[in-house]
Amino acid sequence: MPREIGDVVLEVEDLHTYCFTRFGTVKAVDGVSFHLRQGESLAVVGESGCGKTMTALSLLRLQPRPAARIVKGSIRLEGEELVTKTEEEMRQIRGRRISMILQDPQTSLNPVYTVGNQLLESIRIRHPGDDRKSLLRRAIDALKQVRVAAPDRRISDYPHQISGGMKQRVVGAIAISCEPKVIIADEPTTSLDVTIQAQYLRLLRELQEETNLALIFITHDFGIVAKMCDRVMVMYAGRAVETGPVRDIFNHPSHPYTHALLQSVPSMDEDVARLYSISGQPPALWDVPPGCRFAARCPHADDRCRREYPPAFTVSDGHTASCWRLETAGSRVGTVKLEATV
Amino acid sequence: MTMPPVLEARNLKKYFPVTRGFIWQKVVGWVQAVDGVNFSIAQGDTLALVGESGCGKTTTAKLVLRLEEPSSGHVLADGKDVHAIKGDDLKEYRTTVQAVFQDPWSSLSPRMRVRDIVAETLIINRVASPQEIKERVAEALASVGLRPQQADLYPHEFSGGQRQRIAVASALVSKPKLIILDEPVSALDVSIRAQIMNLLVDLQQEYDVSYLLIAHHLATTRYMANEVAVMYLGKIVEKAPTKELFAKPLHPYTKALFSAALPSHPDITHDEIILTGEVPSPINPPSGCRFHPRCPMAMPQCAQIPPEEKEIAPNHMVACHLY
Repeated sequence: MPREIGDVVLEVEDLHTYCFTRFGTVKAVDGVSFHLRQGESLAVVGESGCGKTMTALSLLRLQPRPAARIVKGSIRLEGEELVTKTEEEMRQIRGRRISMILQDPQTSLNPVYTVGNQLLESIRIRHPGDDRKSLLRRAIDALKQVRVAAPDRRISDYPHQISGGMKQRVVGAIAISCEPKVIIADEPTTSLDVTIQAQYLRLLRELQEETNLALIFITHDFGIVAKMCDRVMVMYAGRAVETGPVRDIFNHPSHPYTHALLQSVPSMDEDVARLYSISGQPPALWDVPPGCRFAARCPHADDRCRREYPPAFTVSDGHTASCWRLETAGSRVGTVKLEATV
Repeated sequence: MTMPPVLEARNLKKYFPVTRGFIWQKVVGWVQAVDGVNFSIAQGDTLALVGESGCGKTTTAKLVLRLEEPSSGHVLADGKDVHAIKGDDLKEYRTTVQAVFQDPWSSLSPRMRVRDIVAETLIINRVASPQEIKERVAEALASVGLRPQQADLYPHEFSGGQRQRIAVASALVSKPKLIILDEPVSALDVSIRAQIMNLLVDLQQEYDVSYLLIAHHLATTRYMANEVAVMYLGKIVEKAPTKELFAKPLHPYTKALFSAALPSHPDITHDEIILTGEVPSPINPPSGCRFHPRCPMAMPQCAQIPPEEKEIAPNHMVACHLY
């Protein structure tokens, strides 16, 4: 890929987003740190309820209020701290410098406004002085950029008149219309068909090459990770359990959870005799155990795992994992063969 | 493959009318949801129907379940036409064909206890005595890995994976010959999917039941099915044993579908055949081969003559003018 990985644009350190509810405090994001460089794609992988979407929303300070609050940590966009910004200042940042594509285009577009109308809303922010005619021309260009056929006609269509894949393209056009540095795509293709998904992923990659965007993919699908991403952060129960370059993660998954996830997905390319299945379920986030959060489902867990949370150990350059077994096993645990069980 | 088929579809068609007007409704067109589908499933086998949304997979399943009447064609179970049977035969058919649906949050009644949900097929079809029902419910729950005490709980007290287990138990309880699995794992979390897929594979071996698997995720079909049929706009374009299809896809649509599937490792690159455009409307499907407007290999005759199903290799059917 001819992309150029540049400077760090986004740096997140020790982010804690808690939800304060009647039933207790839900530690949705509990100490997550990562960074993102220009032109890079980072995948945030995990199952539902692991805190990946809450992390993404926190980056834009869009976590559901008043229940959810960022209680600790810092988010720096091009060196600028976002956590302490006022709502007014955040509004200047959202869309212009950091933008988001949501999972379901059906719900992220307003059904009573035309596609053009919704596009103009964000283009007007970028080009406040322009008259309507040149704004419309820019909107058509934006649709062209996301490869929408016959953009001059589509612009006066309502969302229900266009297909799902097209809608997601329009959402993409809105997201890039203000030329942000960072785009967060939250499961952008789960509601699309396979061939439409392939079209959309190719589009995102082309846009990234054209504009040198930094992309964060929130997903549970390792296929998207393999196809699209440079680096991976695997989350489990509110914490990042493993981070590293995509090939290291696939070739040497060092956290038992990552390993289990990779082995539990059937492969398109080879026959699998039996899938590895992880028993049990993730812990409830209002009552997390003190030790490793995966301990209850981990085939290797011992007493220490249940008592103390493991720090992040370095596996190789840029590849870290939070598992006690890495401490004793030296720098690299290697691939652990997990026995298939039901 | 020597077993007699549990279920057979012969030239199955389902057209839905498109009407205009409120009081004086006029039929202005037909949605050709399923248009001449043939397949058969042998005992203990799994046939997967794959394709994009709107290709007619679910309508096919509904026809098999007798939830829709076919416009023409037949569904045969043990040689009997499913849509012609009545009375006791129908009750028996309903116990021999069961279904597990995609979303266990909406497929289980929130007001019924698990015990009653699982027992419902047996009660409605009056095939067992109360004592027998009790035993069979307990047996079905045990076979999907639920504890007997859990039978008294309500569905909301279970997680997604457990709910899908309940759905599987209620399909199994009447000892069916065929279970229709409509996207059985796609609503579940990644770490739970493998549990349910393994469970389904195990139960198939234990009870020698056949599956009609409806899925859009190709890797799932590779893991679970012996035979795969690829559907496009109401027609089966290619059908072959799983191994053969994954090794040697022939139809251009199958190839495109395979190339669009996501790789399982960053170093695996499929040849990218990105289809342009989207699936056309089934109301006025393209003439000739329905895939020709999107097909990278289309020839002049593709627009005029609908291709016939040809047997290229044993059990490998393909409907394309290239072969």
